[in-house]
Amino acid sequence: MSSQTKNPETSAARETPARRRRRVDRLPYLLLLPALLIIGVLLLWPLGQVVVMSFYRLNSVRQLRGDREWPWVGLGNYVDILSDPFFLTVLRNTVLFAAANVLLTMVLGTLVGLLLNRLGRKMATFVASCVMLAWATPALTGTIVWKWIFDDTSGLVTWLFNALPDGLSTSLFGRSDWTGYGWFNSPLLFFAILTLVVVWHSFPFIAVSVLAGLKSVPSELHEAARVDGASPWRVFWKITFPLLRPVFGILIVLSTIWDFKVFTQQFVLAGGTQDRPTFMLAIYSYAEAFSPPPKYGLGAAIAVILTLILLVVTGFYVRMVLRQEDES
Amino acid sequence: MKKVALNGAGLLVALFAAFPVYWMISTSLKPSNEIFSSTPQPVPTHPTLAHYREILTGNLIPGVSFLDFFLNSALVAVSTVVLSGLVALLAATAVARFRFKLRTSFLIMLLVVQMIPLEALVIPLFLMIQRLGLYNTLPSLILTYLGFSLPFAVWMLRGFVAAVPKELEEAAAIDGASRAQTFRRVLFPLVAPGLVATSIFSFITAWNELIFALTFINDQGSYTLPVAMTFFFGRDDTNWGPVMAASTLFTLPVIIFFLLVQRRMVSGLVAGAVKG
Repeated sequence: MSSQTKNPETSAARETPARRRRRVDRLPYLLLLPALLIIGVLLLWPLGQVVVMSFYRLNSVRQLRGDREWPWVGLGNYVDILSDPFFLTVLRNTVLFAAANVLLTMVLGTLVGLLLNRLGRKMATFVASCVMLAWATPALTGTIVWKWIFDDTSGLVTWLFNALPDGLSTSLFGRSDWTGYGWFNSPLLFFAILTLVVVWHSFPFIAVSVLAGLKSVPSELHEAARVDGASPWRVFWKITFPLLRPVFGILIVLSTIWDFKVFTQQFVLAGGTQDRPTFMLAIYSYAEAFSPPPKYGLGAAIAVILTLILLVVTGFYVRMVLRQEDES
Repeated sequence: MKKVALNGAGLLVALFAAFPVYWMISTSLKPSNEIFSSTPQPVPTHPTLAHYREILTGNLIPGVSFLDFFLNSALVAVSTVVLSGLVALLAATAVARFRFKLRTSFLIMLLVVQMIPLEALVIPLFLMIQRLGLYNTLPSLILTYLGFSLPFAVWMLRGFVAAVPKELEEAAAIDGASRAQTFRRVLFPLVAPGLVATSIFSFITAWNELIFALTFINDQGSYTLPVAMTFFFGRDDTNWGPVMAASTLFTLPVIIFFLLVQRRMVSGLVAGAVKG
């Protein structure tokens, strides 16, 4: 108490409520200022800028530097893209890939979550630790390792297929020698392997979140249902699923957003941006903008289309999170 | 019987999840003839550190070694961590400690900007980096990663700040501590573990990033590790031994850090779970 009298500023602030309120009002904004500046300059401004750029014909770095003017083309870039049949291929690739990956990730993740909940303590810890490894592995190195597993000469998968009895291999696939087989050459196989890599990376998050959700569900409910003779299938759909619905909602939305913009895995697996038949929106936008000759305006227009799609999904996400916040 | 089936399924899942990591480490320890033998060895029969020695002592390109790339990555990641930690702590204190008019709007904005496809920002940010004259410099990446890691860092930290009892700060204020003193002596030490968790998240974000590093850096001496790895190891006749050794060196710090904070990441991502 003695120090308070020594500090006139503190005691003054305490004595005059008006002054105190003003000070309290300003402080949170001051604390927010740096964060607001950074988010504004590094996320929101570029977001606006990408829209602006999509209306210009931008084909050289000198235009970006401001040395040359930007010719306005209005919706020209969009017309170019939307009238290009290749865009439809890319869009189809993106949507199908995202749908397949969300579905597989959710199913596998949920099954593993349910499994972890049923295993004994030691086994559950062991399996969960292994699952965490897959999640923790960076997309870059995770993909490099899968590429090695599918290597066409000494990769494990090539060896496995070579190890199949020749007759079986020939009748099933029409070949017995798999050495030198290009696993990434056909778009369908490429997407299958990409799906494997992405699902491997992303099912752990779903599994762990589902497990966390299950732990918060009173186990009496399940036991009662089981005693009444309900099948596991029924228990899941009648009890577990409704209770976990909010968690599932958020997980589906997050997975959708992540799977729509897969880039690193695809870039590494394809060894760059040359494999056009396997393009999806994110890599298409990047390749248009940065592979010579650069087409920044066209790339920006593709980026805007991707952003618009994800904005709709984000709307659902924000609504769900806010609803949860209200409840808690 | 049922238990056997469950445990069997558990083992399968564990194998699927952990095998690639095991295969990476195991390959990195095999001599080249074992790596390229026609029958893969499940475990290295003659374990060797030769690939690690090759990576750590040789130059990947004339004049630039693996360690240089490692240091570039470390410099970028650590700078991102320090800056985003400072800024996030201020903002998290604001939203966790004060009720003000724009608080909810700010929180909604945090959620929304986290969902922006960063891949879509690479073109306008490239423009910004060009105009600022930062092209080909590591600060271009620090700046970019700062923007990317900040929203989630604030979101994560606000839970930690909110968990510190207000009464402690009020007691300090009654004892005559100034706001700055209260912050430094009371709030900061108690939030420190949360700050560590948040820092690890920012570190991993910066450490793993590929697209922007690929786009903003053209000078090989300034490549970060991910870029160096895609460039030097992605070729057709890949020498998998050194690649797996490099991948292991790149991955292990991330896995260790990740395991320290994964609980927080889950609750942060499933958002509502962390109250503020």
